[in-house]
Amino acid sequence: MRSKHLAAEKKASGSRYTALRSRRLPASALLDKRAVLAAIVLAAAIILMVLFSAGIGTMRIHPLDVLKVFAGQGQEVHKTVVFQFRLPRIALSLLVGASLAASGAIVQGMIRNPLASPDLVGITNGAAVAATSLIALTGGAASVRWLPLAAICGAAAAALLIYVLAWKRGVTPLRLVLVGIGLSSALSAITSVMVIASPLRIAGQALVWLTGSVYGAAWSGVLTLLPWTAAGLALAFVLARQVSAQQLGDDIAVGLGSRLQLQRLALLALSVALAGSAVALAGGIAFIGLMAPHMARRLVGPAFGAALPVAALCGGLLMLAADLAARTVFMPTEIPAGVFTAAIGAPFFIYLLRRRRSSP
Amino acid sequence: MTKLTASNLSLAYGRQLIIDNLDFAVPEGRITVLIGANGSGKSTLLRALARLMKPEAGAVLLDGKDIAHTSTKEVARKLAMLPQGPVAPEGITVLQLVKQGRYPYQSWLQQWSEADERAVRAALEATGMTPLAERPVDALSGGQRQRAWIAMTLAQGTATVLLDEPTTYLDLTHQIEILDLLYTLNEREGRTVVMVLHDMNLACRYAHHLVAVKDRGIYAQGAPGDIVNAELIRNVFELDAHIIPDPLYGTPLCIPASQARRAQERQAAVPVHA
Repeated sequence: MRSKHLAAEKKASGSRYTALRSRRLPASALLDKRAVLAAIVLAAAIILMVLFSAGIGTMRIHPLDVLKVFAGQGQEVHKTVVFQFRLPRIALSLLVGASLAASGAIVQGMIRNPLASPDLVGITNGAAVAATSLIALTGGAASVRWLPLAAICGAAAAALLIYVLAWKRGVTPLRLVLVGIGLSSALSAITSVMVIASPLRIAGQALVWLTGSVYGAAWSGVLTLLPWTAAGLALAFVLARQVSAQQLGDDIAVGLGSRLQLQRLALLALSVALAGSAVALAGGIAFIGLMAPHMARRLVGPAFGAALPVAALCGGLLMLAADLAARTVFMPTEIPAGVFTAAIGAPFFIYLLRRRRSSP
Repeated sequence: MTKLTASNLSLAYGRQLIIDNLDFAVPEGRITVLIGANGSGKSTLLRALARLMKPEAGAVLLDGKDIAHTSTKEVARKLAMLPQGPVAPEGITVLQLVKQGRYPYQSWLQQWSEADERAVRAALEATGMTPLAERPVDALSGGQRQRAWIAMTLAQGTATVLLDEPTTYLDLTHQIEILDLLYTLNEREGRTVVMVLHDMNLACRYAHHLVAVKDRGIYAQGAPGDIVNAELIRNVFELDAHIIPDPLYGTPLCIPASQARRAQERQAAVPVHA
């Protein structure tokens, strides 16, 4: 009887999962093969996209020549174009996309709503107020160096304010959303005032920031963001179990032994660090935090350990594609990448709403 | 075995006192059913027993220790709780859901030990969910879905399982199916079951120990056959009813008096207020 049901289960779970167990350490995991496959396919797509993207621009370089440049060969002029101009931008796009996606995945899991995004906990709007204020108040002078710092401080301050206002013997997802929506509209009103009150040139600069762009990215920016993204993703992976538990609802999470409020605060801080750092370097890129986690869940389901890496890869790919379009569609005129993420994102959002209405 | 008791327990929502200075010991290895009118506080009491609600005063004790001051993971290894009408994340499979029951035993490094695997398999088997393990929970019928959630609480491997109205939203067939499942778990594995039920007759059939909650406290408790009578129904539910023995099982059967079909009532020659 016992061996019979073991055999039956093996057949059932053998299709998708492999158990990994260390003999020496008390370490084990259940590997979702479907997630591994999805991650490999997405990573391959990203590599192809990088090769293709690095070759496109005012100077066209064949993907094979791009490969040569990566291998340390190829023409000097190709090297300069690829390494100095295109690669920093590509790398920054990947980091920004992955960070926003991971942040969105955490927020959606925590709030238990697939329509949630980092914007909802005030991150984008807080960063926007700080950034536009800095641009407007300094007349655009001091802004380039201090903009990232101002943006991430604004994001953290807004998220903290929302958290504190939503606190009432603990924070529930619903109160977080309601307070978040309220405060976000107040913040975006302040942003509008800043933009409207500024001279035209300054207002233009602020608007480009608000739309979001990786235009003019340099290696210094990539190196600034890299530790945030790397540490953030690693920490998100460590906390994946907590998100999976919170996805079941507060009562069940507590019943399972989760330290709900402490973990919720940690997850919120993590999503602020991830999205805030990305927004600091690329401005208010919209919809990636909404779309990428959703695509990941469609591919591998909601178990967070599997959905998180896949979401990060989806986000990187989306942002890469958006910036490629931003650089090339109206060449030689540059469009902020945020225009393209919004152009895909808005219809996607409506599609999500319609799909949810048809299924209870 | 674990011992779950409430001592001088008072519960409140804001200023409204729901339970006032209640003492109660959950009988070990038995099925206990809490009954009471809507808003009587029976669900609140259950939530407090599962540490989902903080007491205003008094304490809930698990093996003599105040659960409010015990590590929540430690409590989760002894006590599982299934709230009313849980909603699974979109697209989650039965196996992924049941696996969550192992949370209190897992750590960052130890995410799928052999004990985890055994417990999840046993839980799927006990609830008959093994063939459906790979199916998404939202594609299941109501009864199957509830069985998946019960499997999750079973995988938690606790001696005590608390359930808040586990049969709500289910048709009669599935209500019986779920209650039979809980009955079997109690018989075979000796798990202590505490649940809130609305159906008086099913409560009487399945409970070893019935607890009637009324006026912020326990009105009566004991074996259904010992405590259920017309007076209890009148006082607890404010309903006139006739109690007869269930013709099949002998447990109390409650026949409520109502406005409908009063003509036949006269012919029956049974006084309603017996």
